[in-house]
Amino acid sequence: MATQLIDRFAADLPPDKRASVYQSTKATHEKRTKLLFDHFADPNHLRATAGEIKQHVIENLDTYLPIVEAKLAANGAKVHWAATAESACATVLGIMKARGATKMVKAKTMVSEEIGLAEYLGKHGIEALETDLGEFIVQIDHDHPSHIVRPIIHKNRREIARSFEREGLGDYNDDPGTITRRARKFLRHKYLAADVGLTGANFVSVESGRIVLVTNEGNSRFSLAAPKVHIALVGIEKLVPRDRDLGVLLNLLARSATAQQLTVYTEFISGPRAAGQPDGPEEMHVVFVDNGRTEVLASECREILRCIRCGACLNVCPIYRQASGHAYRSVYPGPVGAVLSPLLAGKQFPELADLPKASSLCGACQEVCPVNIPIPDLLLRLRARGKAEGAPRAAVASPPMGAWALLASQPAAWKAALLGGRLLNVLPTKFIPVPALRAWEEKRTLPAWQGGRFRQWMRERRKS
Amino acid sequence: MASSSQLPRLPLGPERRVQLMATCLCDAFYDDVAKATVEVLEHAGVTVDFPEGQTCCGQPAFNGGDWPSSRKVVRHTVKTFAGETPVLVPSGSCAAMLRHGALLEFEHEADLPAVQHLARKTWELADYLVNGLGLTRWPGRFEGKVAFHRNCHNRGTASEAASLALLQSIEGLTVVPFGEAEQCCGFGGTFSVSFPHLSSSMGHLKLDHIRAVKPDYLVSGDMSCLMHMGGLAEKDGQPVQIRHLAQILRDALVNVGHRA
Ligand code: SF4
Repeated sequence: MATQLIDRFAADLPPDKRASVYQSTKATHEKRTKLLFDHFADPNHLRATAGEIKQHVIENLDTYLPIVEAKLAANGAKVHWAATAESACATVLGIMKARGATKMVKAKTMVSEEIGLAEYLGKHGIEALETDLGEFIVQIDHDHPSHIVRPIIHKNRREIARSFEREGLGDYNDDPGTITRRARKFLRHKYLAADVGLTGANFVSVESGRIVLVTNEGNSRFSLAAPKVHIALVGIEKLVPRDRDLGVLLNLLARSATAQQLTVYTEFISGPRAAGQPDGPEEMHVVFVDNGRTEVLASECREILRCIRCGACLNVCPIYRQASGHAYRSVYPGPVGAVLSPLLAGKQFPELADLPKASSLCGACQEVCPVNIPIPDLLLRLRARGKAEGAPRAAVASPPMGAWALLASQPAAWKAALLGGRLLNVLPTKFIPVPALRAWEEKRTLPAWQGGRFRQWMRERRKS
Repeated sequence: MASSSQLPRLPLGPERRVQLMATCLCDAFYDDVAKATVEVLEHAGVTVDFPEGQTCCGQPAFNGGDWPSSRKVVRHTVKTFAGETPVLVPSGSCAAMLRHGALLEFEHEADLPAVQHLARKTWELADYLVNGLGLTRWPGRFEGKVAFHRNCHNRGTASEAASLALLQSIEGLTVVPFGEAEQCCGFGGTFSVSFPHLSSSMGHLKLDHIRAVKPDYLVSGDMSCLMHMGGLAEKDGQPVQIRHLAQILRDALVNVGHRA
């Protein structure tokens, strides 16, 4: 029986890659859990609260977006709206062209990956350099991130050392300290030379128009220190109603993402450089990106828009641990990606209709999600959609259910099948033309068929 | 999945009576588990009805995304288990299907209230014994070291704590903890055949953790997980002894001479 793409990807994954993904996700997950339960009496209550805050936001985006636009404008930022990936890229390019800018330094943002910004700018002669160490390594390798928080979770330091050597960043040296120093030295000059610093936003407070950025390397601060222009690329779902909601969300984000109480840098940005401030960007632009989000909002899977991109669901997911991020063929991997990527694909949904199937529905993702997204329910809804739309990728290696449903809704037929199943015990199963049975037996033994026995026993017990 | 929205249960009446849903796996393969369930319930003073028309909870098609097929089976199940008598299922995953899954696929159906009614009267075995009947310990004796696999459908439900409480109260029995207990065994219904590599890798990881603590029995409240892990272990040539919780409870009674 043909098997699913993600299953094959996992089977072909080199053992050392699987081992590094497995070990580091497991370690982060375990630290995350310990930290949350050490620090809070009831972390699950906190997750539920955070989920309610974000659910409230996405259900009231139509109210909040105009308010935050006005707030940002009052703070001196210029707000842009981009309905699609292309228009988001074009908006960024337009801002740069208006300034005659040609060099950009980028902090880590998933939405820029989603819209393919660096590639787009490259085509237009603009260097958009990644400054997050992991993203920088992905960029020089022409690779893709395989985790939303730790883009190079699939690489070991020997590979990285070889890449640095190839790029002329020094002789082969796989000491992590040396690698980091070399990247830092290279990037320092780039910050100084850049015209534009691009960041994402982890949160935007509607109340104050503050943009919140969390990083551990301080690269976003550098990206904002020297360049004259700051562009923040923000998914429309990133709002929180009030500054004090950040107390809940930041406490959960760092613990869930990297098992830290707080990231090393947490920045609150209230606009471009104000008169009297010694430095900072002269211009600030906030580009709100839709790119399919309003459609997600209109769907029955809208809860996925609560996501704060912490990666905890990836770390705990047994499928992600075995298959790694590239198995998901999309920017967002793991449980969140299995929901979000097919949704954001729009008309290309069938291309990714197999992603929601890559789950045993164990629910570990929901159990760790800091905004309590019912991911298994959403996966199930997307399975139903894939089936209803007849997406071929969803159907691969999926046993058909029609005949089963017919039997299981007719007691007489069901009982006959129970007795008939005894044949399984005498026929060698390799001659039985049921692919699902063969696939089962390839990996496992099948217990002996006892169909009808319990019912018989029950009837006799009743008589006695 | 079970952790999200579950409707509160209907109160149990004064009469200790249930309608047993044996589950299709016990109907087809594990007759002894269904028998043990009956014996355990009867020991607890419960009258067990067995509606003969029963088939399956509808989960295979539900998980496979074929909701129209699944709804057909759920409708049959609603009809078969009519009335106010609680429905008892010796399986966390079938219970979760009726308590939660069915509600999802009936969201836009006119007969949702009937499905909700079924959800509100359905109980998983350990949950029923402990939280329904108020049992805090189980009599009898069972010598052995037991590794208890928390099946994923019990996540966020009262069943896990209830199962452990019952097991730990049995004289002679020790529950041995093992690594990464929160991880799935890799069964996942049709997932086990659509993703055979992932499913078996997950199962082997689980088995490694379990074997490391050398239990006499691998116990769970769900035969599907046990069928998967037991089948993998046997294929490896290193079989493990699998037991449903109901079998342990029944055997504990038998060991001290109770007529089961
Ligand atoms: S879905 Fe939840 S756990 Fe996964 S990345 Fe988003 S916020 Fe984190």
